[in-house]
Amino acid sequence: MTAFSPSRKHRALGLTDSEYELIVELLGREPNDVELAMLSLMWSEHCAYKHSRKLLRRLPTTGPHVLLGPGENAGAVDVGGGLAVAFKVESHNHPSAVEPFQGAATGVGGILRDVFAVGARPIAVLDSLRFGEPITSDRSRYLLERAVAGIGHYGNSIGVPTVGGEIYFEQSYEQNCLINAMCLGLAPRERLIRSAAAGPGNVVVLLGALTGRDGIGGASVLASAELGDGDEAKRPSVQIGDPFSEKKLMECCLELLDRDLLVSLQDLGAAGLTSAASEMASKGGVGLDIDVSGVPLREPGMEPFEIMVSESQERMLCVVEPERVGDVVEVCGRWETLATQIGSVIDGELVRVLDNGSAVAELPVSVLVDDCPLYDIAPEPPAKPVYASPPAALAGTESPAELLLALLSSPNICSRRPVFEQYDPVVQSRTVRRPQEADAAVLQLPGGSAIAVSIDGNGRRVACDPRAGAAEAVYECAANLACVGAEPLGLTNCLNFGNPEKPHVAWQLTEAVEGLARACEELGIPIVGGNVSLYNEAPNGPIFPTPVVGIVGSLPDAARAGRSGFASSGDAIALVGPFEPSLTGSELAKLRGVSPTGPLPAIDPTAVRAAHDAVREGIRTAVFHSAHDISEGGVAVALAECCIAGGVGATVQLPEGIDPFAEAPGRAFVVSGPPSALAGFTVIGEVGGDALEIAGQLKLAVSAMREGYDGVLAEVL
Amino acid sequence: MKFGVVRFPGSCDDVDALRAAELVGEAELLWHADRDLHGVDAVIVPGGFSYGDYLRAGAIARFAPVMESVAEFAREGGLVLGICNGFQVLCEARLLPGALLPNVSLRFVFRQVELAVARAEGPFTGACEPGERLSIPVKHTTGRFYAPDDQLDALDASGQVLLRYAPGHNPNGSLRDIAGICNEQGNVLGLMPHPEHAVDPLTGSIDGLKIFASMRVHLDDRVLAF
Repeated sequence: MTAFSPSRKHRALGLTDSEYELIVELLGREPNDVELAMLSLMWSEHCAYKHSRKLLRRLPTTGPHVLLGPGENAGAVDVGGGLAVAFKVESHNHPSAVEPFQGAATGVGGILRDVFAVGARPIAVLDSLRFGEPITSDRSRYLLERAVAGIGHYGNSIGVPTVGGEIYFEQSYEQNCLINAMCLGLAPRERLIRSAAAGPGNVVVLLGALTGRDGIGGASVLASAELGDGDEAKRPSVQIGDPFSEKKLMECCLELLDRDLLVSLQDLGAAGLTSAASEMASKGGVGLDIDVSGVPLREPGMEPFEIMVSESQERMLCVVEPERVGDVVEVCGRWETLATQIGSVIDGELVRVLDNGSAVAELPVSVLVDDCPLYDIAPEPPAKPVYASPPAALAGTESPAELLLALLSSPNICSRRPVFEQYDPVVQSRTVRRPQEADAAVLQLPGGSAIAVSIDGNGRRVACDPRAGAAEAVYECAANLACVGAEPLGLTNCLNFGNPEKPHVAWQLTEAVEGLARACEELGIPIVGGNVSLYNEAPNGPIFPTPVVGIVGSLPDAARAGRSGFASSGDAIALVGPFEPSLTGSELAKLRGVSPTGPLPAIDPTAVRAAHDAVREGIRTAVFHSAHDISEGGVAVALAECCIAGGVGATVQLPEGIDPFAEAPGRAFVVSGPPSALAGFTVIGEVGGDALEIAGQLKLAVSAMREGYDGVLAEVL
Repeated sequence: MKFGVVRFPGSCDDVDALRAAELVGEAELLWHADRDLHGVDAVIVPGGFSYGDYLRAGAIARFAPVMESVAEFAREGGLVLGICNGFQVLCEARLLPGALLPNVSLRFVFRQVELAVARAEGPFTGACEPGERLSIPVKHTTGRFYAPDDQLDALDASGQVLLRYAPGHNPNGSLRDIAGICNEQGNVLGLMPHPEHAVDPLTGSIDGLKIFASMRVHLDDRVLAF
């Protein structure tokens, strides 16, 4: 047997022997090379969700505000006033681990296309990033610096503000960093468009950049396998981004939709033309002919299979009625965007790939899209801890003041200013709350209302207790929205996990999905879309299980959006919400070198929901002058952050038995306001002075806290 | 009065500038490939990126058909405001002296900075008080103003420096803290900070409005003077 025999070829492309046998059975013949290349991508984990799809059925996806749910390029919710907000989060982890600048940049580019593919103008980007320890690891600093530069390069250049995000640093992400990008888009409700191809005889038009050899096999080679040695050689699988092309493509597509010239629109992401054509055909219940000889190429001599699987960026596929093709070409010409007829919608259920008119691949749409086997995973809780203890950073003899300073200057808590100063948060003139001004970003809408958005997910806590940790991510994200006065409308998530074929990873995934589902049900938030990224492992083990949650909410009055910083001396400070924190999974436990294990504090959904409602109402009625949720570092860090953001001190007495550094995120808040207005709450102190004093624990000048808080990332970046 | 806001392929802050101008007058977009300025009374070359700026910021845009008309409009005394990328384009087009180099940090920087009004008169800063501080954001990678020493001396002597970064607020290493300069005739201003992002109390400060208001007042006075 030669190395190119069929039995070896499918394995090299990531298909198992039994999957290959199933393909042969379904087709009634061996697939040819073009077909095998297409199927290997469509049947990859990245495209087929074959290890997660069954689990995802558990997630609640319906709600009164949902306009587009899972399965479209992006989900969308009704935000009132005839407007829809489309949004989605997606990972670009493995490309970024191999080439962080382009990996992160094209992650942003991809999620922007998902949003304008449904007809919405992208209005905001958020990023959720995970790296190894920045202080001790050169690799982590390199990945951080280049990924941040890549995100800025793309978002800044295309004129979409980066309004928020989060970063955590943990040893488990050392090799396998996480780059999740979320985008929000705004559209008149009636302009949302679906990707289903329709109307046999209609023309398939490819828009945008030339097709090259970049990104070939990205979905199967990079995104659906563990990282390991020799990843340098995978660099050619990473796509190269050109934000200028995308800016023109975006404006062009939005104008095409404004003028009602398209039947449907789909972005070209993972698996390129193969995926776009298959999805459009499948959703429309039609077939498609694609002639690769018509595809404008970046280099000559590309094979049909290369054209079909290329992941070259900044391309879209659309279906156009024949009589409107001329208008489409005219609009594209003005935006200097290529528009090329490459095929047509046909009756039947085949995707046919032609080369100068002769068929080189003929695959039933159902085999491409529906017939990939879905696997049951075999969850089993780990017998022993999965993750090593972090190195202890504390001696154990520190005073509370020293502990607070250590926490404020720890990489996971310190100021993100050196990162977000590299992003434009204000372009498009909607940004009412910029990064670090409030717990969520706030964007104003026409008519005076606003939307709010936050993205959250603490992997260490999910590692301790996958079900409770994942639920906490939802609660914390909703709490962040409450702090600005917003009510959640819909949620998107990105599930970043290790290899699901390993029982303990399967268990983490199963438990986390259950936790997400329950929290969404408890808070009444539908999941409108998302993404799953598996096989996030390096030779030394899996990443922390990291479900990342993004929630979009609305508030009636942009002018009353909440802030996190204390506002005026003399205001009372109160704790709102049930708060029985513990040190399990806390930032302090990490600094003490404790491994992430053990159950997290329970959540009382009714009481927490009441707390979220109270805070939201307090902000909306301007009774509260500030609100901040208590998360990493406990109530001491929350108070310190309120002082730093407000530039003012505070004097408080904590209720009996509360460890100032213990955590229970998503449940409780520090709020401030006039003493008379806070009478019904647990008042713990008063705003004023230039130091934070926690009675019996610590007293620190705001300036000293700010120094520790501001310094760390500035030094490593 | 009517502002025209140029739109290049890649302009990002064009709509923001349009909305800001609409707060003090009428405004419309001017397409890069169209030489016709549609009879506007003032031109804004906005921020963002023009043609991708892959060669050098503003280097391609200066050759755009619309820029030929803008240059002629400027030579005839028309008011031209270049913001950020627009400043870069006006320098490349030699409508303004000096050059904009990459920031000392070599990184993109967004920051709300304080500007000191160096000269509170003329078409762009006439509505300001001498020495007034303006809080306006910057956001750029290539904003370090550079000119040879003798040229800087001349700019200072002739009062062409209208805006400086306040002490401690220079975000990019600009020489002599220069944030905005005008041409000798005083009818063309380029500045790196974004006044169009400081016109709404909800999204930041309203200090940028003074630049647009100054232009409006200047043009109204001119009309009255006829």
